[in-house]
Amino acid sequence: MQSKSEVDFRSRLQIWLPKIVLSPSLALVFVFVYGFILFTVYVSFTDSRILPFVDKNGDPTFSLIGFTNYEKLFSLSHWEISLTNMAVFAGLYIVICSAIGLLLAIFLDQKIRGEGLLRPLYLYPMALSFIVTGTAWKWFLDPAIGLENIMQSWGWVSFSFDWIKSRDFAIYTVVLAAVWQSSGFVMAMFLAGLRGIDNEILKAAQMDGASNWNLYRRIIIPQLRPAFLSAFVILAHLAIKTFDLVIAMTGGGPGRATELPATFMYSYTFSRNQMGIGAASAVIMLMTIAAIMIPYLYSELKEKT
Amino acid sequence: MSVATQDTAIRTGRIARAMIYLVLVLFALFYVLPLYVMAVNSVKPLSEITGGGMMALPEVWTIEPWLKAWSTAQIGVEPTGLRPYFWNSISMVVPAVAISTVLGALNGYVLTKWRFRWDTILFGLMLFACFIPFQIVLIPMAAVLGFLGLAGSTSGLVLVHVVYGIGFSTLYFRNYYAVFPTELVRAAQIDGAGFFQIFWRILLPSSGPISVVCIIWQFTNIWNDFLFGASFASGDGAPMTVALNNLVQSSTGVKEYNVHFAGAILAALPTLLVYIVAGRYFVRGLMAGSVKG
Amino acid sequence: MNTFGKRLKLSTAIFALSVGAVQAADVEVLHWWTSGGEAAALNVLKQDLESQDIGWQDMPVAGGGGEQAMTVLRARVTAGDAPTAVQMLGFDILDWGNQGALANLNDVAAQEGWDAVVPDALKAFAKVDGKWVSAPVNVHSTNWVWANKSVLDANGIAVPKTWDEFVAAVEKLNAAGVTPIAHGGQAWQDATVFDAVAMSTGGPEFYKAAFIDLDEEALGSDTMKEAFDRMSFIRANVDDNFSGRDWNLATAMVINGEAGFQMMGDWAKGEFLNAGKVPGEDFLCFRFPDTANQVTFNADQFAMFDQGGVVSAEQAALASAILSPSFQSAFNVVKGSVPARTDVSDEAFDACGKAGMKDLAAAAASNNLFGSMAHGHANPASVKNAIYDVVTAHFNGEYDSATAVEELVDAVSIAQ
Repeated sequence: MQSKSEVDFRSRLQIWLPKIVLSPSLALVFVFVYGFILFTVYVSFTDSRILPFVDKNGDPTFSLIGFTNYEKLFSLSHWEISLTNMAVFAGLYIVICSAIGLLLAIFLDQKIRGEGLLRPLYLYPMALSFIVTGTAWKWFLDPAIGLENIMQSWGWVSFSFDWIKSRDFAIYTVVLAAVWQSSGFVMAMFLAGLRGIDNEILKAAQMDGASNWNLYRRIIIPQLRPAFLSAFVILAHLAIKTFDLVIAMTGGGPGRATELPATFMYSYTFSRNQMGIGAASAVIMLMTIAAIMIPYLYSELKEKT
Repeated sequence: MSVATQDTAIRTGRIARAMIYLVLVLFALFYVLPLYVMAVNSVKPLSEITGGGMMALPEVWTIEPWLKAWSTAQIGVEPTGLRPYFWNSISMVVPAVAISTVLGALNGYVLTKWRFRWDTILFGLMLFACFIPFQIVLIPMAAVLGFLGLAGSTSGLVLVHVVYGIGFSTLYFRNYYAVFPTELVRAAQIDGAGFFQIFWRILLPSSGPISVVCIIWQFTNIWNDFLFGASFASGDGAPMTVALNNLVQSSTGVKEYNVHFAGAILAALPTLLVYIVAGRYFVRGLMAGSVKG
Repeated sequence: MNTFGKRLKLSTAIFALSVGAVQAADVEVLHWWTSGGEAAALNVLKQDLESQDIGWQDMPVAGGGGEQAMTVLRARVTAGDAPTAVQMLGFDILDWGNQGALANLNDVAAQEGWDAVVPDALKAFAKVDGKWVSAPVNVHSTNWVWANKSVLDANGIAVPKTWDEFVAAVEKLNAAGVTPIAHGGQAWQDATVFDAVAMSTGGPEFYKAAFIDLDEEALGSDTMKEAFDRMSFIRANVDDNFSGRDWNLATAMVINGEAGFQMMGDWAKGEFLNAGKVPGEDFLCFRFPDTANQVTFNADQFAMFDQGGVVSAEQAALASAILSPSFQSAFNVVKGSVPARTDVSDEAFDACGKAGMKDLAAAAASNNLFGSMAHGHANPASVKNAIYDVVTAHFNGEYDSATAVEELVDAVSIAQ
């Protein structure tokens, strides 16, 4: 027989248990994400260079300087270029990945022989680190040794593909490599969505004489909305974090033509010893992310409740 | 709702099918190309590479670069190759993936089956964590690890990866459990089953597919991480990517591209293996929930 | 509670003195020398220490010419776990020294007589407030030109001594259908060339005023504009695919006879030697035209981190081993650079190495030894990178020479 207080304790425990289980994760996130964001905001208002140092007596070797770092940041043409590149890169990357992913998923869904072989081929780039695949891309796109050279040696003498060497087009080669990496993953997400659609609806629509084109446009693709949203979250987060790829492929060049906010931030924080400006750029980046993600998360989460 | 629904309602003509196959094969070539560049150059002597022809098949085939990358290439002052670092990565990745997956599963369970006030907002806050650029957390993270006495240790690295893995693992499990019938949970509750019993007996048995998705995702991300590995591991305890980076990057030394590519493929083998072996479950897992709203 | 509070304060204050996680009898060394020859050369140092029963904990982090290692260093120092010794360049040493993070090596230096054998220009980067804080390993000089001898001979070109001769040589190669200049379009490579061009255009006083004193007048002068014009000439005489190319692939073009010249530091020699070429027979090394008497240098050093106020016996042993003539000779023969002390015998060095040592001693004696802007030995990282931005943008056609001069003045003033 259990005593009354014991039962009481147990049922109370059951009420609190879910929150107790959730709390370690929450605590970690609050310290390691939001705490660190506050730290970055603080640093962005200081003139820290190598580190926000404190000397042996405990006195800081930096001082608060208000919005000076932000003023400097926006006077740098370098930062302007990074932002423009980010808009071009993220826009194209998300749209093209989704389009290719959807196309491949629809095609693969047509009872394709060899699907088991093709699928991993589309997916594997996600498994590789860009430290080296960036180099492979760099070579392949290099006119002297890569694609252009091969086409010309095969007799197509007028073939020309030198985007990676051009200030105006280099950013598109970065998009190309990034699409290569993640479009297969998006394909898998859409494929999963397609396989989850109830066939009966489709059969009924077909009875009514709907063409394949209309079937996809009117019925199937609208049903993939959740897959589109998940793909957007994943692609947006990959776009913002794109760093290794640029470093390995173009090093931000030619000139500064492929600098992105992530490379800018790293360069100012760690290579140029201007940590204050680096932190300011990080704060702007986070604010941009929040401006895009919060409405999205809001609409996404509100619907489910 | 299983892979058996391959029997779609869509019918296509002969020419259309031929076009479809053509497109699929062309894309397959596009995806394979960089791997071809890496593989073909990893079996050539260095002179053939620097002499031009990076796309051509080797004139002389050699396995030397692979052996060198694995066991004799210079990573630090000792010519150890990548071999000793392999284990470092494993001993970091396995616990980090396991812990973040378990936490994600529990969080997803609480957030969908034991809802309380503000739970959606808390989830939103956790999800936003996925988007924080790692470069900005480096310095404060170092301070915290130093304070905890975990600097330069594998446990420190595991902690870091768990922290930044929670967002995605929670997202996956939450979306998966959201479509799991809540009536089953309520029924078990009425039968007197407790919090963990319900999780263990009812949700966990059907969590296979989403666990695969979560594990693949975390495994890939953690295995390929360089920044944290370089900053928070000691020299001997460095993960594979740091060793690979040391192999590949050199500022004023001779660059042995063939060894670099062989090393890159070696370092990617575990993730490639995970993708190939678990690939079919991957699509099934995504299908079974993670992309459902 | 009090100690806890103190720890918390220190830790949140982000800077904590290193409390030795490294065992007493070990040294932990953070460096970026991971490629074959360099790492093997460093192993000599490790073995030297091991013969004295001192363990060596290796912490290699390659990438970006040490940038990656500097990032890791900051994480390590922040975590209160600074390595014993860290490979560092120029202004980074001064920055860390000024923060009071480095050890005072004066006792070792006095015992070993470093002051007498290390050139003054180098000491400027190894001493902070009169205290030795780091041990220099080598001196690289950056105003070298590398040439393919048979290409030059075939076109009847003698080693160009002046800019005009160089222009004439380039025109000849152009006419012969050979790419005159092999170059890799990366910011630091552009800047390496710019270093030499600025020195050659304006001479040592101009170089010092512009890059070391950061004198606005010099930065905005007509001489600077002429230097940019000369860069345009060089840009016009590299091949179309220069952008993003690694420096060693540019060197390979010279080795293979596809190109005539390359402007690059003395580490390029390793590529020639590796390809089985002999200095003086297959390839030539000479100073950039009009800079025969000057040497622009960068020096790798090992900065010693403070380990709680005292220099341990192991740290002292490491420092003295680094500056020992035998290690200096053994290491630099492999690395292509020259010893950081001027009293090392040149017996083990090849023709280019011997010339390098002679030039260094002469330049040091005649006050013609200057820190290289491109390699962080003329001004701090923020200024250096600001100059990179302008030089690279100009080289890639974003600015004309007049705009580049204006941008240079602006960029330098913002970065300071």
